[in-house]
Amino acid sequence: MDKSISEIITQHKGKEDLISILNETQERYGYVSEEQMSTIAKGLDISMGEVVEVATFYSFLSTEPLGKNIIRVCKSTPCYIKDYIKVIEILEKELGIKVGETTPDRKFTLQLVNCIGACDMAPAMMINHTLYGNLNGERIKKILSEF
Amino acid sequence: MPEHKVVLQNCGIINPNDINTYLAEDGFKALDKVLDEMTPQKVIEEIKKSGLRGRGGAGFPTGLKWEFANKAKGELKYVICNADEGEVGTFKDRYIIERDPFTLIEAMAIAGYAIGAPKGYIYLRAEYHKLRGILLNALSQIKERGYLSRSGGFNFEVEIREGAGAYVCGEETALMESIEGKRGDARYRPPFPPSEGLWKSPTIINNVETLMNIPRIISKGSEWFSGLGTEKSKGTKVFSVSGDVARPGVYELVMGSPLRELIEELALAKEIMMVQVGGASGRIVPYEKIDTPLSFETVLGAGAIIVYNKSRDIVDLMRKTIEFFEEESCGKCVPCREGNRMMLEILTRLTKGQGSKIDLKHLDDLSKTMMLSSLCGLGQAAPNSVVDTLNYYRDVYESRIKDT
Repeated sequence: MDKSISEIITQHKGKEDLISILNETQERYGYVSEEQMSTIAKGLDISMGEVVEVATFYSFLSTEPLGKNIIRVCKSTPCYIKDYIKVIEILEKELGIKVGETTPDRKFTLQLVNCIGACDMAPAMMINHTLYGNLNGERIKKILSEF
Repeated sequence: MPEHKVVLQNCGIINPNDINTYLAEDGFKALDKVLDEMTPQKVIEEIKKSGLRGRGGAGFPTGLKWEFANKAKGELKYVICNADEGEVGTFKDRYIIERDPFTLIEAMAIAGYAIGAPKGYIYLRAEYHKLRGILLNALSQIKERGYLSRSGGFNFEVEIREGAGAYVCGEETALMESIEGKRGDARYRPPFPPSEGLWKSPTIINNVETLMNIPRIISKGSEWFSGLGTEKSKGTKVFSVSGDVARPGVYELVMGSPLRELIEELALAKEIMMVQVGGASGRIVPYEKIDTPLSFETVLGAGAIIVYNKSRDIVDLMRKTIEFFEEESCGKCVPCREGNRMMLEILTRLTKGQGSKIDLKHLDDLSKTMMLSSLCGLGQAAPNSVVDTLNYYRDVYESRIKDT
């Protein structure tokens, strides 16, 4: 049994905390592996299916390895009319990857997501848990250089 | 009428990290009043008299919801604050929590007392993870001062639950599934949450903004509150304004204020073509109807206001709107899952100018079917803006048809 996963499990009450456990696993390892899901299922005394269906339902959880930093660019209408497509073009060029991909050094994963609640500063993106709005080429380069 | 701050009265005035600044603005006086002078029935009566209705979009009378939960039988009862704010174009709850977490928690304690619930959850969307720190800090200062427990028996606990990225979890039954640690699939109703909700216990689920009104009503009285607004929409409404405006942001206006005032006078919009009121699931107001008052009687939703100017392509905007629902549908019921998929296919074809006449009929039929037969609000409301644009701008759709 993966020791640190059991650690996360024991810090919680039970199967009602499945999402928190998956969130924390994701936070610590960048994704939730099949092996980890199996450990979580055993630890909570639920079926593997119950863990998988939750892990694959929520967009912030990933069952595939992701980069260290996840860039989520909003593609909903307020950001669409403020040209998020340009933001994507700049990011793809700067990072040398396409949407959905991870940089070879595993530093960044680039994702397109639905409304992140930053429409007052469209076009906007999140890197990990931080919001960045009013994006333009210069600002994007500056933000990336901070990582 | 200029802005009228009731919900936002402390925003920018208090320091969200310091309870003393909240106490200086009469913080916790409403909870004290409730615990010292009022029975739970009296609290519910007061909220009922105020005419307060839910601010998350559905507009259900808050006092009535509380009364159902109060009267429901159950050993445990719960208060849930819906801070899942996922509607496209909405960011008011983020704004509120960032600036005044204390009022929200005080309101939840009042709700707990009114319905007899010892526990409350704040369900926070994953995108708002940063707000967790603000809420936890506020909670610990509140607990330190002992506001959430009284020797007489009142004891209220608040736990923060985070989502993991799913729009549908803002729908109250999907939200409860998520708190229980499951996929966010909508539940069949009835039973309704006030009789059978979280872990089958009586539960009230209120939006952040709805709760923010509670301490104000308790402090200033239901008469003051019901003196604001229109016949069926009392108080104020907080709006999130975005899109083609010079000053996007959060504005609070008395219910019934004209849309024109909000977007032209406050947000400084120009060359307006149409406005999506209520976000992706909201209604379309063409510029010709810009003097429409904002209220439950007319258009409102959760107060997301997306403004589009004359340079925008309506059919393409509808394609993006439906793309959102197609992705966010939980997939449990067929009308929503397949309806959104079909609509997206048709709208994509129309955007490319490759539509056919039958496509418009299919959009009409699919919309009707989805609105009538979807399991939850997501599928029922998804076609709203397509229906409205087909009504107001049918010629634009027709111009995208290849054959005749």
